[in-house]
Amino acid sequence: MFKKSKLRGEFFMQGDIACAEGAVSAGCRFFGGYPITPASEIAERMAYRLPLLNGAFVQFEDEIASMASILGASWTGVKSMTASSGPGISLKAENIGLGMMMEVPCVIVNVQRGGPSTGLPTSWAQADMMQARWGSHGDYGCIALCPKNPQEMFDLTIVAFNYAERYRMPVFVMTDAIVGHMTEKVVVPPVDEIEIIDRRYTDKKPDDYLPYAVGDDLIPDFAKVGDGYRFHSTGLTHDERGYPDMTEHAQLTHAVRIVEKVKKHADDIILLEEKGVEGADVVVVAYGITARTVVPAIEMARKKGIKVGLMRLITAWPFPTKRIRKLAGEIAGFVVPEINLGQMVYEVERCAGGQCKVKSLPHPGGGIHKFETVLSAIEEIAHAK
Amino acid sequence: MENKRIKISGFGGQGIILSAHIVGQAASIYDGKNASMTQAYGPEARGGACSSQVVISDTEVDYPLVDTSDVLLALSQEGYDKFVGSLRDGGILCYDNDLVGVLQDHSRFDARAIPATRIAEELGKKIVANIVMLGFATRQAGFASYDAMKRTVLERVPPKFRDLNETAFERGYNYGEEVQT
Repeated sequence: MFKKSKLRGEFFMQGDIACAEGAVSAGCRFFGGYPITPASEIAERMAYRLPLLNGAFVQFEDEIASMASILGASWTGVKSMTASSGPGISLKAENIGLGMMMEVPCVIVNVQRGGPSTGLPTSWAQADMMQARWGSHGDYGCIALCPKNPQEMFDLTIVAFNYAERYRMPVFVMTDAIVGHMTEKVVVPPVDEIEIIDRRYTDKKPDDYLPYAVGDDLIPDFAKVGDGYRFHSTGLTHDERGYPDMTEHAQLTHAVRIVEKVKKHADDIILLEEKGVEGADVVVVAYGITARTVVPAIEMARKKGIKVGLMRLITAWPFPTKRIRKLAGEIAGFVVPEINLGQMVYEVERCAGGQCKVKSLPHPGGGIHKFETVLSAIEEIAHAK
Repeated sequence: MENKRIKISGFGGQGIILSAHIVGQAASIYDGKNASMTQAYGPEARGGACSSQVVISDTEVDYPLVDTSDVLLALSQEGYDKFVGSLRDGGILCYDNDLVGVLQDHSRFDARAIPATRIAEELGKKIVANIVMLGFATRQAGFASYDAMKRTVLERVPPKFRDLNETAFERGYNYGEEVQT
């Protein structure tokens, strides 16, 4: 099954496999990885698929090297990806920062399992959401997508590659062991129906090209390797030439820019799905698998006459600050269920700014929120109005 | 149709995960329903307790995990012991009565036995016991159509074992037919 070089049609496909197929459809032709449950199926699939497409799969000695490898591969012009779970992402953290600093497009998939440390290898959590945002040292902008099913493992992996190329940075796909290991119908559209954003190359002549010079969009253009362009890049703070420039001035321009470029384009990046939010008294903010498992409780609350809506964060980062802030002025409160002990709820609280109630519904992982827990939280906020 | 929640339990190596995959694929790709399959397993490749679950629905499946099952297929004593308590009242239990010997009270639900492993051994390969069970359960529990199930079984097994698996599925289904009537 799934043996054609380019798939099309309907498949009963596992989330991890769909992620790999999405990568292949997006044009990914290099995967550097190190196996870890529950992300190994992505590596396994890429190891099988990429050689059929003249791409390359390399299993490295560890996660650190595999992260470095996708940065190197991306510099050569090849769309690149790695996949891991929490313990592996911790090891990759240093080189994720390097990718952010050098502005290297690539995709990092985190199939989250319970933590901290080795935690729950074969079970799930959503407890690396803040790690995605702040996991490497220093300040940088972050883009993270949260698929809720195998279809979105396919679709959002493509979006992740598009964002990586468009905004020139590593982009996270933040899934979890339920969605990664879940099998559902996945529709793979014909190749010409998939929107692909490719790398933007400079139109300047080699003598005029500066690797880190930017225009209004704050995103530098690439030069093609082998076309005679002078090129330098480093993890040190650098100037427009890409040479180390360890001054306050360079920090104010370059280091600030890699945060500002995401903020500037946030409205184009942010993907939200709202159901019944307009006119609601209570809004449940959820992402990934949790945005599904809370639905029965929301439906029951509606049957009981409570006006409750669901806001699903398809992108967790950048956070939809403006939207949450506006809603906070209109509703009684937010309920934030997540399979961690309270992470994205901090963002909701920050944006709500005391305008309404914010109730965290934590879960440590290995299980999911009970129907009654979600329902009573919705009722509590609705009745406190 | 309301959600149909199916739990399949046994030990690693029996094809417990494949069985759920077949049920889910048959229901979602060929019967045009929505199906969501999940699995649970230990670190062992073979011999450890293993279970898989499928939720089949006419509408989108919101809640993919199976806490309470409508149908339980038990292919080991351990799998039976672990999950029979969460089979709903009036649900259907299909179990291999050579592998599950110590039985609890079955008055709450509908219990149907088949010596799936023995039938598979008669066919020459113990490994097709899960397919015998799937044929049996298709007849007994009706979570997916006969045609969709058979087509998926034939697609999912290696080409040289297609005949064997087809026979295994038919034997299970017909055994179900005899028990039914």
